[in-house]
Amino acid sequence: MTTLWFYFTDFLSNPESWRGTDGIPNRMMEHALYTILALVISIALAFPVGLWTGHSGRGGAALTAIANSARALPTYGVLVLLVVMMGIGLVPVLIPLVALAIPPILLNTHEGIRAVSPQLTDAARGMGMTGSQVLLRAELPVALPFILVGMRTAAVQIVATATIAAAVSFGGVGRLIVDGLARRDFTLVVGGGILAAVAALIVLAFFAALRRFLVSPGLRAHAKGGH
Amino acid sequence: MALSTFSIPSYLGTFTELLGQHLYMALTASLLGLVISLPAGLACVRWPRLYPPVLAVASVLYSIPSLAFFVLLISFTGITPTTVILPLALYTLSGLIPNVVDGLRSVPAETRQAATAMGMRRPRQLVTIELPLAFPAVMAGLRVATVANISMVSVGALIGMGAFGSLFTAAAQLDRVELAVTGILITIVMALTVDLALLAAQWYATPWTRAGGSAPIARRTPFRSLRRATRQTVAPGVRTS
Repeated sequence: MTTLWFYFTDFLSNPESWRGTDGIPNRMMEHALYTILALVISIALAFPVGLWTGHSGRGGAALTAIANSARALPTYGVLVLLVVMMGIGLVPVLIPLVALAIPPILLNTHEGIRAVSPQLTDAARGMGMTGSQVLLRAELPVALPFILVGMRTAAVQIVATATIAAAVSFGGVGRLIVDGLARRDFTLVVGGGILAAVAALIVLAFFAALRRFLVSPGLRAHAKGGH
Repeated sequence: MALSTFSIPSYLGTFTELLGQHLYMALTASLLGLVISLPAGLACVRWPRLYPPVLAVASVLYSIPSLAFFVLLISFTGITPTTVILPLALYTLSGLIPNVVDGLRSVPAETRQAATAMGMRRPRQLVTIELPLAFPAVMAGLRVATVANISMVSVGALIGMGAFGSLFTAAAQLDRVELAVTGILITIVMALTVDLALLAAQWYATPWTRAGGSAPIARRTPFRSLRRATRQTVAPGVRTS
């Protein structure tokens, strides 16, 4: 533990760690950029589909099949495959990240909307709401905690996998780990490792804050489960 | 498919060696995760106030990137299989503990009362009644975790401990697409085979889920219950990195 701390303070106190393309600010910004891009794309693709399948009750079996097969797919391998085939670039790095993030968003949105009590939707319909109003004003707010858990899982996966992108000559904080391992510079390895863990904790904190702001106080007791 | 697809560069070791290492790391991690989750889940059912903090710890552990976890462990465990096994085992907790808790909580109160009325004491009730009834839920979590572990072992290749993951590193270094394809196919086949094996084990271990119930026994074909067992009711995380 003391060794880790030694390496880490060494890493932080070295002014070189803060400068240039290999500096902490630049690597963290790159990491944030990949994460946000991949998360926005996967939400844009998966969230509407999950809303619709959850609302209409169709496609649950297909979604489960997608999630199960995604679980078996080694992301590192897919990343290497795409980079070897397409060359290094943002697209081959983003595809596996998005593929990884879609299943939890899709499944949790679908299941969250499905799990809304039929008494509630009946009442909403009885008040004269149309189908889309029922979805957006009754089902969505109630399902929101569970949906946010799915998005948080997706974001955590993306942050974690973005570290692996460094193995195929890409940026982000994984760069420090991979370069450090290659150069046997353990200061860099530990520094990158701790930065990656910090990036993940920032994601957790962000979603905890989002939950506080978006979820109706009456619902907070629910949806403690999930990941 | 041509056999040559499965040729592995000789410096990485033989197919059997890699298979052994890969399954050893993935399955030990699942087993270790289960060994931690069972008492932790039991404690959370016994003392419900424990459950939220335990879940919070599990989800924080789950969020740490595997590569970061591996490299930070190197200074304690060196470059050994343990360095890969420990993080994978800790990741399984965020999926397994909720399943253990839900499984135990789903045991009907009447069942427990009947057991008490028959003179069973708590430890015996737990072992002979509650754990078997929670078994399907625990197995669902274990299967998800194991499939994820099998695909995640390959990240260990970045610290030189990835078994079949070393095919991906080789593919990137040698610029050989077929090595990456081979590695992906092997991983998927391994994951599906182990998943089916666990499913079959569950099917044989829980005969009561197939007998009786609302539908006539004759209509409950093995295939049907296998299919039912495959379905997941909750959406668990899909960690593969």
